[in-house]
Amino acid sequence: MTVFLVIIVIALLAVTGWQMSKIFQLSRDSSATSSQIANDKDNKTQGILMLAFAVFFYLLMIFCFWYYSKLYLPEAASEHGSKIDTLLFISIGVIMFVQVITQALLFWFSYKYKGVEGTKALFYADNDKLEFIWTIIPVIVLSGLIIYGLFTWSDIMNINEDEDPMVVEIYARQFSWTSRYAGADNTLGSANVRFIDGINQLGLDESDPYAGDDIITTELHLPVGKPVLFKFRSQDVLHSAFFPHFRAQMNVVPGMITQFGFTPSITTEEMRASDYMIDKVKTINALREENSKELIAKGEVALDPYEFDYFLLCNKICGQAHYNMQMKIIVESEEDYKAWLEGQQTFGKTMAAQK
Amino acid sequence: MSAVGHEILDDAHDDHVHHHKQTFIEKYIFSTDHKMISKQYLITGLLMGVIGILMSVLFRMQLAWPEQSFAMFEFLLGKWAPNGVMSPEVYLALVTIHGTIMVFFVLTAGLSGTFSNLLIPLQIGARDMASGLLNMISYWLFFISCVIMLSSLFIESGPASAGWTIYPPLSALPQAIGGSGLGMTLWLSSMAIFIASSLIGSLNFIVTTINLRTKGMSMTRLPLTIWAFFVTAIIGVVTFPVLLSAALLLIMDRSFGTSFFLSDIFIQGEVLSHQGGSPVLFEHLFWFLGHPEVYIVILPAMGIVSEIMATNARKPIFGYRAMIASILAIAFLSTIVWGHHMFVSGMNPFLGSVFTFTTLLIAIPSAVKAFNWLTTLWKGNLQMNPAMLFSIGFVSTFITGGLTGIILGDSTLDINVHDTYFVIAHFHLVMGISALYGLLAGIYHWFPKMFGRMMNKNLGFVHFWVTAIGAYGVFFPMHFIGMAGLPRRYYTNTAFPYFDDLANVNVIITVFALITAGIQLVFLYNFFHSIFFGKKAVQNPWRANSLEWTTPVEHLHGNWPGEIPSVYRWPYDYSKTNEDGEYVIKGQDFIPQNVPLQENEEVMSH
Repeated sequence: MTVFLVIIVIALLAVTGWQMSKIFQLSRDSSATSSQIANDKDNKTQGILMLAFAVFFYLLMIFCFWYYSKLYLPEAASEHGSKIDTLLFISIGVIMFVQVITQALLFWFSYKYKGVEGTKALFYADNDKLEFIWTIIPVIVLSGLIIYGLFTWSDIMNINEDEDPMVVEIYARQFSWTSRYAGADNTLGSANVRFIDGINQLGLDESDPYAGDDIITTELHLPVGKPVLFKFRSQDVLHSAFFPHFRAQMNVVPGMITQFGFTPSITTEEMRASDYMIDKVKTINALREENSKELIAKGEVALDPYEFDYFLLCNKICGQAHYNMQMKIIVESEEDYKAWLEGQQTFGKTMAAQK
Repeated sequence: MSAVGHEILDDAHDDHVHHHKQTFIEKYIFSTDHKMISKQYLITGLLMGVIGILMSVLFRMQLAWPEQSFAMFEFLLGKWAPNGVMSPEVYLALVTIHGTIMVFFVLTAGLSGTFSNLLIPLQIGARDMASGLLNMISYWLFFISCVIMLSSLFIESGPASAGWTIYPPLSALPQAIGGSGLGMTLWLSSMAIFIASSLIGSLNFIVTTINLRTKGMSMTRLPLTIWAFFVTAIIGVVTFPVLLSAALLLIMDRSFGTSFFLSDIFIQGEVLSHQGGSPVLFEHLFWFLGHPEVYIVILPAMGIVSEIMATNARKPIFGYRAMIASILAIAFLSTIVWGHHMFVSGMNPFLGSVFTFTTLLIAIPSAVKAFNWLTTLWKGNLQMNPAMLFSIGFVSTFITGGLTGIILGDSTLDINVHDTYFVIAHFHLVMGISALYGLLAGIYHWFPKMFGRMMNKNLGFVHFWVTAIGAYGVFFPMHFIGMAGLPRRYYTNTAFPYFDDLANVNVIITVFALITAGIQLVFLYNFFHSIFFGKKAVQNPWRANSLEWTTPVEHLHGNWPGEIPSVYRWPYDYSKTNEDGEYVIKGQDFIPQNVPLQENEEVMSH
């Protein structure tokens, strides 16, 4: 596949080169006779090309929406996520409406009013009414979007402490994520990079009574339907905790604690069983099988079949392995989550075992 | 007021011109003539542009065919591409330097530096800039900053690679990434000099525009190009010093142990002594320039497009005063929207609400401008010169790219598309491609003024159409991989399988990118060939109204051989007719600004 595409590229470049040599030929011939200022013939050709370009552009837009809009993320796996998606689809609807109309006008005018010698353009310098109309329409539409957006924003960002969210710390360093559960007291023990020592990699304050029951893990397990409040901490550079499937993102800033809260609403199992994900995994596995054939031919190990899992990505440039900084997230039922948590060691026990 | 003093000066100047013979160095290297300086800016900018675009070709190839071996990589990148496979370090270095070069060196200095220098004196009717010496210093500082930036490509530890936004701590700590050693020091020195150059240039532009306008050239008779350059210079003077302060504080953090942006850092097994700083402070300082910067880039392009569009449509620009008002509104709003780059930076969510509000406000003057351009085309008599094609292309990409700004400017929606390819698609269309179209339109249009020769129109047509198709082919599909959640600045998207199905989109994008970059060779050929062998230009090839076309084709120091022309009208009297339906000047559809009001002519407010 890639070899094929490389060939296409080279072929296209060759065609470009060949065309260019022809054009240079043309340009030599014409420079003697023409003035290099567009004449009626140029205006006509270029006007028609404007229309042709408009056709290309609309086809490109249709193609992208037809084939690529299915690449959009699956149904939001968090409670607030569907609000973001609704607002997104409304906004895309509005902007595509404007896009389709204005681009059509632009290219239509370019074609329709292409210059013809002797034609008089209309001397039309001002029209207060028109200008008022196209000032006030964006004002109204944008006010609607702003108000809608701001209500959603404050809904998402203002964390409701009354719901008693489960507190989880997401800890970032070059180039891995770690999570820390607050334990039975639902309060994270205090921490600072200056306490980092040996096995105490997150720098917890051992003398803080809240720290003893904290649980540190390298996977993030979340119970479905329960609000979670994430506290983010970084030990070295800026990172950004990006949970695309949950429509959540927050930068992780060394020297301060940032936060974001959401309620997971679809378990990993449910997401795997969704039509969207079955299709997507099938496509990916087909691609992987194809790649595996090449690898086997080279005497290397074939790729494992892929199975979907939620993940947390780093989305702020953080160093050379930035592209591979991720953590697996598992959303499961309350019971499964509790069972998993039981099996993890608390910070206090880990430290005690050390001594 | 200044007109009287002017004439006396002019006479003295004229005498001076006729007797002075310039040496080669005075004429071509340390020139104080604004026309020569603008050429110097243009050619330096174009060379930087070639380098910047070549870098994007390299990393696009890596993204389409990850970790494959290319002889080109090994040849160009040397030890950074062992066996022809690009390394992650150099990938980040390439995206960083590509961004820096394109934003600052090509689209700020190359665009505004070239055309402000060329057009401000010529279009307002001045002999030269207010200070030719400062103008020369401004160019040479720019040149030095280019040399320093490029020299950083050749050092052992590699050039800066923390992204063009150079957020600390990554940019402050050589332990975090190799490029943050000497490479970042050079980046910061280069930018500090660049800022000095930009400030000197901008002050000169402002003073010249305010003081040196010829008799009759009131502010409301200025071409929109001058309004755009003037306001751009003001934005630059207001915001660039803030970037300088950010750079200075970062230099102190890096070299003198201060803690403005650093706190609680544990890296490579040791705790650093920094305490109490905040990277978010840097983000505020950076974007206080960084956001106005995109308007510094786009406003000159808007001015150029307005001027070219009116000339080639043979129609006045629609809503001249509304255009000026929207330039001013954009300039004002541009300084209070920077926070929209930081919705998820950890700043207080209430600030996010404020910045969403101001950001969406800026869409209003932008929309007014787009509608006014459309109306300018309506019922025109469009002369499809290459400059006009690029101007129409500008309006198209500006609308396409601007509209997605409504999504990114909305804090709620930004949560999930922040730092994804959606952002890349948005800003490349709205400020990258659009501003480049403005630059190219300007080059095609004012080439006869700069070099006294014409560029080849057929090559121009080919250049435009392939570029237009290629640019949309690259950036339109990119929105969709962004909405699929693909983060930017990833060396490869195949480190884990979830994004495997986006690989073919990336290949398509890269193919378009290669074609688009390749076709720029036609432009370069046309440009350099026409300088020497192009057809000789006539004085006013596009039959335009503004004053630069009243100067002779041959350049002379002081621009006009005799007296500076006086101005009697605005620059957009195209196709103006008397009540009987005849052109005001018989058989001529334009009335240059230096033509006095004719008999029977209807008097306009300008």
